[in-house]
Amino acid sequence: MAGRKFIGGVHPDYSKELARGAAIEEMPLPGRLVVHFTQNLGAPPEPIVKKGDAVKKGQVIAEAKGFVSAPVHAPTSGMVTSIDVYPHPVGTDLPAAVIEPDGADEWAEGLNGERDVSGLDGQAVKQYILEAGLVGMGGAAFPTHVKLSPPENKTIDLLVVNGAECEPYLTADHRLMLAHPAEILDGAALFARVLNVKRIVVGIEKNKPDAIEAMRKAAAGREGLEVAALDVIYPQGAEKQLIYALTRRRVPAGGLPMDVGVLVQNVGTAFAANEAVRWCRPLISRVVTVTGSGIDRPGNVLARVGTTFQDLVAFCGGLAVDTGKVISGGPMMGVAQYSLEASVTKGTSGIVLLRQDEIPQYVSDACVRCGRCVRVCPMTLKPSALSIFIEKMDFEQAAEYNVNDCIECGCCAYVCPSLRPMVHHFRRAKAELRKAARKAG
Amino acid sequence: MLTAVIALAALALLASFGLAIAARIFAVKVDPKAEAIEDALPGANCGACGLPGCSELAKRIAEGKADIDACPVGGESVAREIAGIMGQSYEGGGARMVAMVMCNGNDQAAVKRFYYNGIYDCTSAALLFGGDKACSYGCLGLGTCAGICPFGAIDMLPSGLARVNPDRCTGCTKCVGACPKGIIRMVPAGSTVHILCSSHDKGGKVRKICSVGCIGCQRCVKEAPEGAITMDTNLAVVNYETGIPAEVAEVCPMGTIVVQGAGAVEPAEQRAAGGEG
Repeated sequence: MAGRKFIGGVHPDYSKELARGAAIEEMPLPGRLVVHFTQNLGAPPEPIVKKGDAVKKGQVIAEAKGFVSAPVHAPTSGMVTSIDVYPHPVGTDLPAAVIEPDGADEWAEGLNGERDVSGLDGQAVKQYILEAGLVGMGGAAFPTHVKLSPPENKTIDLLVVNGAECEPYLTADHRLMLAHPAEILDGAALFARVLNVKRIVVGIEKNKPDAIEAMRKAAAGREGLEVAALDVIYPQGAEKQLIYALTRRRVPAGGLPMDVGVLVQNVGTAFAANEAVRWCRPLISRVVTVTGSGIDRPGNVLARVGTTFQDLVAFCGGLAVDTGKVISGGPMMGVAQYSLEASVTKGTSGIVLLRQDEIPQYVSDACVRCGRCVRVCPMTLKPSALSIFIEKMDFEQAAEYNVNDCIECGCCAYVCPSLRPMVHHFRRAKAELRKAARKAG
Repeated sequence: MLTAVIALAALALLASFGLAIAARIFAVKVDPKAEAIEDALPGANCGACGLPGCSELAKRIAEGKADIDACPVGGESVAREIAGIMGQSYEGGGARMVAMVMCNGNDQAAVKRFYYNGIYDCTSAALLFGGDKACSYGCLGLGTCAGICPFGAIDMLPSGLARVNPDRCTGCTKCVGACPKGIIRMVPAGSTVHILCSSHDKGGKVRKICSVGCIGCQRCVKEAPEGAITMDTNLAVVNYETGIPAEVAEVCPMGTIVVQGAGAVEPAEQRAAGGEG
């Protein structure tokens, strides 16, 4: 069979063997949870609890504000002891509620019961997904119900379930596919029901043969379901690249997958959808890979949303003496953290801890125009030219060269012989362009 | 030899006639007023007026589409000159305004949370947890404002702060928009007493992370004349219309209020920064 891949891409050192063999372990309730109110892309939800409030597990603590927003639920029962600004793993300090668990872990009324899903229509399923606060769990945290609401003039004929997990080190999706293949497919079927889609493809990279087998076994006998093995190349799991690899359809610049009739959902999101709709459990926990040479016992942990990195690290045996870097997410796209006070959000797929000798301190140089970044860019941009424009503060020119289409995968920075901080440049340009757009009204 | 000289002279004559005729036919009509105004303008093409350059502004003023004092850089003297060209009268605007970085938390005074080794630029640094300073309102000291200043009026102090030189500042406000922290404020050029802090954090937090930050104790508010200092969520803000007397600085327990020319900027440090570039 011909390889299923896209244009560009790199082959980083995957280092998945560290946590690949560790089955998902449920973490006991920590002594304190820091639950961020902002857990989705788009409009931040509106907090509705205050200091001193008692909350039940699954109770809404922040309501969705506007359409592109998702509610946040209390991950356990207990008391809100304070509301303050805490480091958020995406790289900002944002308000969060500190919840001290009472140990009872008592569900709020009407939750955690089986619901008969056979008779539900698409609208009802979508409503349950919205109420459960589902967001994309691959890392971007885009509200799921928004993705499930394509405009009238767009028809979707294919649902892609993303199990590529191309980011090095991370194995959370891999272990989830091994542990709950049937539930993931049930969740995918719910998405398909909302969109009235007949065909579902699960895309998994070939470096996870056991996951492919498990999913194929679970898919046997289900109609319209296919499990596709994908070539191992980064960023295979990026939405647009995955669609191209599977269908050869190209999402237009600035467009969305729905423009080519495809919807992509992460396996974790599919699993959460089944939990939400079938079992009435809002999204309050997720699988987080804690890995890297800087941790004593790498593993895949089922942690409550709001678990601090400190507690997660302690659960996994603690830090190595010379741990020098903590990254939320994978090493290619993740964000370096300055404090273990940061806590797990709905979009936190892993924490990578690296030792001092693995993180060279380098000085970047001028672009030598070797063009390696151009060759590997999966969005076929010209990172070299872009970074030069941005260094000269010519953001308009950068916009003309489509800096806004950059998916920040980091391939260009990975191959750059001058060690240029490409993605940081592009993020700066995007920030400046947003600022200019705001100013222009 | 002679033929060559004659031939070339003839050619030159022919070409000059051609050019003279072309200059008549293809002449671009320029309003002499616009030309005179452009000469009067500073010619920095800084864009502070909101237009692409000085010649564009000159054209607009000549056409009456822009005010005679539309150039914030030139200030009163240029406005007067333009008024003369346009045959209008100019009553004079307000005081000359200069930019001021409202932060005094240098590397010794303010706590840093982590070591940042990314792109040497404030906007880039601010993308990661708002920068390395524990204070989310503090000057990051990476010189984005100094880089954008068309007049070289901003010095980067070795202690990690940006300082505007009021003599060189023309008040174009480019730095105000460039600062990712939004802590550059326009103040009257003559004012000497300033509250150099922009932090809206509560006093307890400020004390932990900065030794010269405003803790919102309001002592200065009581000491200063009525309405000269107002509180804006835990931060004392000077009302520059009235200004504040230098004595107020003495009551500030944190030393946030500084009197310029008396320790606001260490002279040796400023000289070092100026000497470097």
